[in-house]
Amino acid sequence: MKYIDEFRDGDIARRIAERLQAEVDPSRQYGFMEFCGGHTHAISRYGVNDLLPANVRMIHGPGCPVCVLPIGRIDMAIRLALDHGAIVCTYGDTLRVPASGGLSLMRAKARGGDIRMVYSAADALTVARDNPQREVVFFAIGFETTTPPTALAILRAQREGLNNFSVLCCHVLTPAAITHILESPEVSRYGTVPLDGFVGPAHVSIVIGSAPYEPFAAAYRKPVVIAGFEPLDVMQAVLMLVRQVNEGRAEVENEFTRAVDRQGNAGAQHKMAQVFAMRPAFEWRGLGEVPHSALCMRPEFAQFDAERRFDIGYSAVADNKACECGAILRGVKKPTDCRIFGTVCTPENPVGSCMVSSEGACAAHYAYGRFKDIPVRASA
Amino acid sequence: MVELRDDEQALVELGGLRKAISVELVPEARVGDYVIVHVGHAIGMVDPDEAERTLALFGEMAEAVKGATP
Ligand code: SF4
Repeated sequence: MKYIDEFRDGDIARRIAERLQAEVDPSRQYGFMEFCGGHTHAISRYGVNDLLPANVRMIHGPGCPVCVLPIGRIDMAIRLALDHGAIVCTYGDTLRVPASGGLSLMRAKARGGDIRMVYSAADALTVARDNPQREVVFFAIGFETTTPPTALAILRAQREGLNNFSVLCCHVLTPAAITHILESPEVSRYGTVPLDGFVGPAHVSIVIGSAPYEPFAAAYRKPVVIAGFEPLDVMQAVLMLVRQVNEGRAEVENEFTRAVDRQGNAGAQHKMAQVFAMRPAFEWRGLGEVPHSALCMRPEFAQFDAERRFDIGYSAVADNKACECGAILRGVKKPTDCRIFGTVCTPENPVGSCMVSSEGACAAHYAYGRFKDIPVRASA
Repeated sequence: MVELRDDEQALVELGGLRKAISVELVPEARVGDYVIVHVGHAIGMVDPDEAERTLALFGEMAEAVKGATP
């Protein structure tokens, strides 16, 4: 497949690996966080870690959309289906995220909730058109990549006068989350990870461009290299990060120039700004309340805002005590540090949200990395 | 992208599979362009020149390694 296969070539990967080996300073450790779940998946699936020098460690970040969704938000969607009788449409991954009382959207469906999986926000509109006598709510989650399609759906519903359609908006913002990882007060509770830089997300950056990371890189003196989603992109980005660290630079660089520029997709940003405004604070699973990190709908679109339409409030719910997702999302723990990883908690029966989507750190490690742990443990 | 349709819809092909998507967020996309698709929407385009340049960068590095190792 054009522009995909070329970026997975094993020989070139090994050569980038040799270059990395030659350039790392053996007297120091490097810790880089890949923010985005897509990169977590690529690193696990293609064994990128095995090609990196021993003193370069990749740390998973909180960029997996379903992993950061707190229990209380899923509970709201379940209430809309069970108590308000609405048809709730959502992306597939969201269905299995554990909620309160042993429920998930999937289990709520088994209890009679009309919950439907959709491939895009536009499909939810179709459901609303086809069911004019029912309330249809789109449970909208994700980063800046899924937000513009949600905005388009709302604008279209307004144009068409679709009065039975609304959106439970849970869209979150990338730059706020990256900043939070470095400065939150909870960092002391979990301990800090030495982070020397960030691999910036691919899809998100297509939409927002590279400019939004610039204040962050300057203020926290941390390099950011935006990388495409293929394994070679990630390796090249790590090489660029190593070079920045060695040279004492903290800049925003772009490895993914084939799809990302400094400004991003201006049309998409405009649609987002038209429909959404900043929430003062939003709770993230694992990160707690993060100021200015999520979007809500502007008052002009109140009619399409499920939170106002059904007057449902958000209440925080604590995660399962055994689950280490919070520490994992901050990069201070690894999936194998969790006592119930792979035993009680599996992709078939996830206890925490990191085990749900293939982009989650626990699920990615379960699928691709867990057999490698065995010899490591034996030799330890 | 293999076909542009009404109402800002388009047909894309990936590895032999064809799928209808929205190009409302990338109105400049034309048949033959490579678009990046996420949740049923094209969100950006691939610049072929930049793709070649990035690949060449990987390649150049390979040369440098070959040159450096006797
Ligand atoms: S293995 Fe399950 S319970 Fe443990 S941290 Fe991961 S998602 Fe949470």
